[in-house]
Amino acid sequence: MASRAFSIVAALTVAGLAIGPVTAVILRAEAFSGFRPADWQALWFTLLQATLSAGLSVMFAIPLARALARRQFIGRGLLVALLGAPFILPVIVAVLGLLAVFGQSGLINRVLASFGVPEVQIYGLHGVLLAHVFFNLPLATRLILQGWLAIPTEQFRLAATLGMGRGAMWRAIELPMLRRIVPGAFAVIFVICLSSFAVALTLGGGPRATTLELAIYQSMRFDFDLARAAVLGLVQLALALTAGLIALQVTSLPVAAKGLDRQVPRWDRTDRRAICTDIVWIGLAALFLLMPLLMVTLNGLAGITNLGASVWQAAGHSVLVALGSTALCLLWALPLTTRWGEWLGLAGIALSPLVLGIGLFLIVRPFANPFELALYVTATVNAFVSLPFVLRILRPEAEAIRADYARLRDALGLSGWVWLRWVFLPRLKRPLGFAAGLTAALSMGDLGVIALFADPDRATLPLKVYQLMGAYRMDQAAGGALLLLILSLGLFWMFDRGGRVGSAT
Amino acid sequence: MALQLDHIKARSGTFDLSATLSVEVGQRVAIIGASGSGKSTLLDVIAGFLTPVSGSVLWAGQNITAKAPGARPIGILFQDTNLFPHLTIRQNLALALNPGSGRLRAGDTEQINASLARVGLEGFAERRLSEMSGGQQSRASLARVLLQGRPVLLLDEPFAALGPALKVEMLDLVTEVADAEGLTVLLVSHDPQDARRFASQTIVVEAGQVSPPQDTMTLLDNPPPGLRAYLGSG
Repeated sequence: MASRAFSIVAALTVAGLAIGPVTAVILRAEAFSGFRPADWQALWFTLLQATLSAGLSVMFAIPLARALARRQFIGRGLLVALLGAPFILPVIVAVLGLLAVFGQSGLINRVLASFGVPEVQIYGLHGVLLAHVFFNLPLATRLILQGWLAIPTEQFRLAATLGMGRGAMWRAIELPMLRRIVPGAFAVIFVICLSSFAVALTLGGGPRATTLELAIYQSMRFDFDLARAAVLGLVQLALALTAGLIALQVTSLPVAAKGLDRQVPRWDRTDRRAICTDIVWIGLAALFLLMPLLMVTLNGLAGITNLGASVWQAAGHSVLVALGSTALCLLWALPLTTRWGEWLGLAGIALSPLVLGIGLFLIVRPFANPFELALYVTATVNAFVSLPFVLRILRPEAEAIRADYARLRDALGLSGWVWLRWVFLPRLKRPLGFAAGLTAALSMGDLGVIALFADPDRATLPLKVYQLMGAYRMDQAAGGALLLLILSLGLFWMFDRGGRVGSAT
Repeated sequence: MALQLDHIKARSGTFDLSATLSVEVGQRVAIIGASGSGKSTLLDVIAGFLTPVSGSVLWAGQNITAKAPGARPIGILFQDTNLFPHLTIRQNLALALNPGSGRLRAGDTEQINASLARVGLEGFAERRLSEMSGGQQSRASLARVLLQGRPVLLLDEPFAALGPALKVEMLDLVTEVADAEGLTVLLVSHDPQDARRFASQTIVVEAGQVSPPQDTMTLLDNPPPGLRAYLGSG
């Protein structure tokens, strides 16, 4: 059974990658440095921002999802599709976009200034929340929209024949649905925000706005205090594991939601006040999500034509890292498209990429200069982090293929290779393309482990853009961000398209 | 020379099946019984999808109980999914010929074309299932199982989805081919008319008990009480 051997090798390397670095960190942390006041502050801020981010995202998502569920308008399909985009949007691109709108010299402040209103400050808790809501409002909206669309039509029909008013309908139909969906949406976003690093790095910082992940990074970068990084990493791990396990109880990983292009048929849509509310919510959300992207594009157009050689070099690194981690992730995922494989893959969510990075750093250090291996470590960690999403996408289809064709395979006596080459991969092509696109885009835009190593000769494009921002070379940063946006979306589009063309039906 | 089931005891979930019987080479035998009586379990044991708890399956005196489905001298047509829908008929047939490598060898093309001609599907090699009618799909499946060149053919109601006329046509085609090649055929059906038309002998499966093959006409004209209840008075 060659395929079984592959499964075992894949499982062992994934498990090894989950356990090895963490063990290295634990061993290193033996000289317990104790928890300093700054560390308590980081823990507190991590919990605070995650709670607020999840709360705000869900709070705004409810009216937005309701508006999308009951309205039909030109561009609705596009807007719903766009709600999936932040998943593959590089954080640094979004941050530059948000700065262009909400930043010191951003659109809003310019408008406020013309009215003589004092300017709004984006850095700190505000900025972190703003970015988190930007990323997670779409996710929450998709989850809740799904809940709305899953309400059987009959219920609304019944409500209409009973002549139920808006309040009655809310209490009888919509509130029970929200009670089921909202805790899960909150939990997922809470977990995602717990390990927020790139947002905190760019918009937070300072003792009052430092997450645990950022604190880990700072203890490595500035003090090279491995023991402290290890302790913080363990706290982060415990936090993520606890929250992750709780989140798993209430929800499942949302990746590709299907059937969101439907509209809930209901009979109260002509209510004028409801129409106005919906228009306002949809309009605000579209502005909030689109303006930053528009600004990144506009600001970047000038800069992208004269990017320095180092930016292009970083872009080259990023593409290679993205392709490498996509290949590695798929190699892991294909043999693990089973129930227990998916459980194993969940380690990729629980473990913080920075802890993994530090662990790998510690493991590699006796043998080689870790800084020289920065890009390899980044590609590996990125593959590991994408694994749960990829398994989530591939497993249902992979299991369906096995269920449908295993008997025919056995009756024909197909070899493992022939099965893979002629049946399994061709039939899996479509989700495979989507999963590969997702992994490539996530890896392309990742600003995590690489920041830990931050070697000018081995920078990736997101890191390069961050460094340009730090050096106040905003034109170049904007140009780099636009390039990054194009490359990320381009990679996603290429892989996803590749999976669709001539895919098995 | 025969296909033999020797004191087979098999278990599928909580369902138990026992069978001892022998089918002579070149015979066409129907297997009838109510749904849930154990027809599929019996077929799974013969085809190798279910390992019996005890007893053995023999072909020409050789014990094949431990062999994988693909390594048995048995070709099988399932109720559905007999060909891969994303591959052309030619690719499907090539896989049936070379299940280990998946490649076409010299001479394979002639063989494939000959088997397609045999089932009346000349010129269909480059089509996919979605470009064929139900009857044509059945014929292509038959070509597949013929190409495998196995002496025993198991038919698990493969023509159940066809209309009555088409089903008769397919059964006649199988009869013709099986006679020409000297195949031993077992046909699972819940329709006694299929048995009358197709099989000189019939095996009755009832509540996990498998009776040895009996003459079809005699059996159906004077059914024992259990079979009578299944067939209904008439």
